[in-house]
Amino acid sequence: MKLRIQHTTKYHYDAPVSYGLQQIRLIPASSKHQTVQSWAVDIKGGSTELEFEDQYQNKTLLVKADPETTELSVDVVGEVETHCSDGVFGRVYGTAPLWHFRQSTPRTQAGRGVRKLAKTLQKAPDILDGLHALSSAIIDAAPYSMTDTEAHTTAEEALSAGGGVCQDHAQIFVSAARVAGIPARYISGYLMMNDRVDQDASHAWAEAHLDGLGWVGFDVSNRICPDERYVRIATGLDSHDASPMSGIRLGSARESMIVSLQVQQ
Amino acid sequence: MTSDRQYFDEMLSGADKVREPYSDYEKWFIQEDVLRLSKKAKEAEAFFRRTGITFNVYGQAAAQERLIPFDLIPRIIANREWAKLSKGIEQRVRGINAFLYDIYHRQEILRAGIVPVELIAQNEAFLPQMIGVSPPGGIYTHIVGTDIVRTGEDDFFVLEDNARTPSGVSYMLENRETMLQMFPELFSQIKVQPVSDYPKNLRRSLAACAPPNCQGKPCVAVLTPGIHNSAYFEHSFLADQMGVELVEGHDLQVVDGRIAMRTTEGFKVIDVLYRRVDDEYLDPLNFNPSSMLGVPGIMDVYRAGNITIANAPGTGIADDKAIYSYMPDIIEFYTGEKAILKNVETYRCSDPDSLKYVLDNLADLVVKEVHGSGGYGMLVGPAASKKELATFAAKLRKSPSNYIAQPTLSLSTVPIFTKKGLAPRHVDLRPFALVSPNSMDITPGGLTRVALKAGSLVVNSSQGGGTKDTWVLED
Repeated sequence: MKLRIQHTTKYHYDAPVSYGLQQIRLIPASSKHQTVQSWAVDIKGGSTELEFEDQYQNKTLLVKADPETTELSVDVVGEVETHCSDGVFGRVYGTAPLWHFRQSTPRTQAGRGVRKLAKTLQKAPDILDGLHALSSAIIDAAPYSMTDTEAHTTAEEALSAGGGVCQDHAQIFVSAARVAGIPARYISGYLMMNDRVDQDASHAWAEAHLDGLGWVGFDVSNRICPDERYVRIATGLDSHDASPMSGIRLGSARESMIVSLQVQQ
Repeated sequence: MTSDRQYFDEMLSGADKVREPYSDYEKWFIQEDVLRLSKKAKEAEAFFRRTGITFNVYGQAAAQERLIPFDLIPRIIANREWAKLSKGIEQRVRGINAFLYDIYHRQEILRAGIVPVELIAQNEAFLPQMIGVSPPGGIYTHIVGTDIVRTGEDDFFVLEDNARTPSGVSYMLENRETMLQMFPELFSQIKVQPVSDYPKNLRRSLAACAPPNCQGKPCVAVLTPGIHNSAYFEHSFLADQMGVELVEGHDLQVVDGRIAMRTTEGFKVIDVLYRRVDDEYLDPLNFNPSSMLGVPGIMDVYRAGNITIANAPGTGIADDKAIYSYMPDIIEFYTGEKAILKNVETYRCSDPDSLKYVLDNLADLVVKEVHGSGGYGMLVGPAASKKELATFAAKLRKSPSNYIAQPTLSLSTVPIFTKKGLAPRHVDLRPFALVSPNSMDITPGGLTRVALKAGSLVVNSSQGGGTKDTWVLED
């Protein structure tokens, strides 16, 4: 399936910013499951200082805001040919060792709620079935809701709030899987939705590692495993690692952000 | 002059018998007038105060920090003793750099089951952002200060590998400078290997580690957390001695993909940054976001290969006290040789049997926090009261994996100068090694720290220790 993506993130500052940096993870890599046919990142109000691959092989840009700017925008346009994988990303490994994906982070530190979810997984006779059951249990316990959580909400907090967005679902999933000793990671990317072109935000899902199969994806929010409608962008232990944008700036200017995203065939 | 027979005294072996490295010094010493020496000791303090203040134009706090007591009796090491020590240090430092490369790449040592995965996985000093990063020249620890203690004629032990940010080299340099000023005649009678090349060697060694895309002569700078840091004196001293800029985080920015410092003529690119800011505070964009001491984005510039950070981020995984106990195996794994310098026997309290042993023998052991340094959070069993022992035992039971324990070593003594004559005091030694892609330079001697209280085994300056000039004799 050929997917066309247009994604604009526009930051507005209410006062000129003298110095600001943005770390940008918005460049997909080609793999067995997706071929990047064209991809362009255009920065306005800033300049790309350098590019590097982080510890999860995410292609990362460091962008510096132009001095005294009040607006910084990042435009991404690209086409990706995807191939159906039945949710299995497979035995593809980077430099980070598998044990690293059993490590919790501040955002994925399990509390009582997550540990309770993990219990059923620990008892499951078949790990894959157990992970599917975990995925269902999460979306049942924390149905999709735009109002219960924000960007820094932890897995445990989202679970006790009883609702969340794709980021929260993926974080609860990786947190619970790790409690059960299963390596798990957070994926950020895009999803083509059958009923609409315009979307509010990019997508996120989780992957767990099974001996034999390798990495297997779980889109908890949509109760499915990723198929050819998914384009993966970045990987990490949590939403912070795989965040499309993370920035820092001098001064007291307040920031507002507008996102425009279209994913279509 | 008498010696304390319980301990190995490096100057006096038995009544009136002077060990060979000290023979020339002792001949000089017995002819000296005690009153003159007492006056010299006072002069030394005045000298330190003066130079200290010269280097601390910003404030008093750092100047006070500088006045660590200095003892005028040198600690003397024969060249043959030093040859063995320096060979052992070189081997150890090679092993540590190989270990760091491996830990952040293929982790063969974990696959081989030599170091347990949990020890790395659960260690805060392991920096995920360093996974897959190859520092310029393949060097992680550019400056190492290995703590060594002696218990007998041929018995040297490594106590700690300070691979992340060893401090104290400014004292080594100042102590020698002071001795040269006070006793110039002594240095014409006895041939002592010089240490004054250290700043020059440090600069050369750092410059040799510049990233491959550095153009022209590498620009080196020292990054300090600022004047409130207890080692600020040393940061400014070393920058001054090397003839390079001393910078703080807010002086630096990302410019054209490099790190550059503000100067009166605009931005100047830095190729090698000798940073004295801890990993956690080094880059608020990538590590602790609330850090005001760091340089946002420096980790990205580093990962793009555009700057050398010395020592490399994540180096702390090699000098962690829990890793220490594996060091002989680590050295053998990478160098194929047995470790030349011995480790002190170490009980890992995370192991239930060891914990039991440690609790049963607490009064005879030294217990240290795995992540602690500077003598804080440490228990010296033989010197502790019953109440202190009980409090510590409770701490141990609560979080055993936070602690390691070691037998109380009979540290060697070297006499200090007191009003009543010479008196033995326990010492340790911190030699400094400089590592660059093609060479390793170990300054002859290092910093000798001395416990000034009779019988005390704690030499840390934060715990009332002093320093001595350290001599390695020419052959």
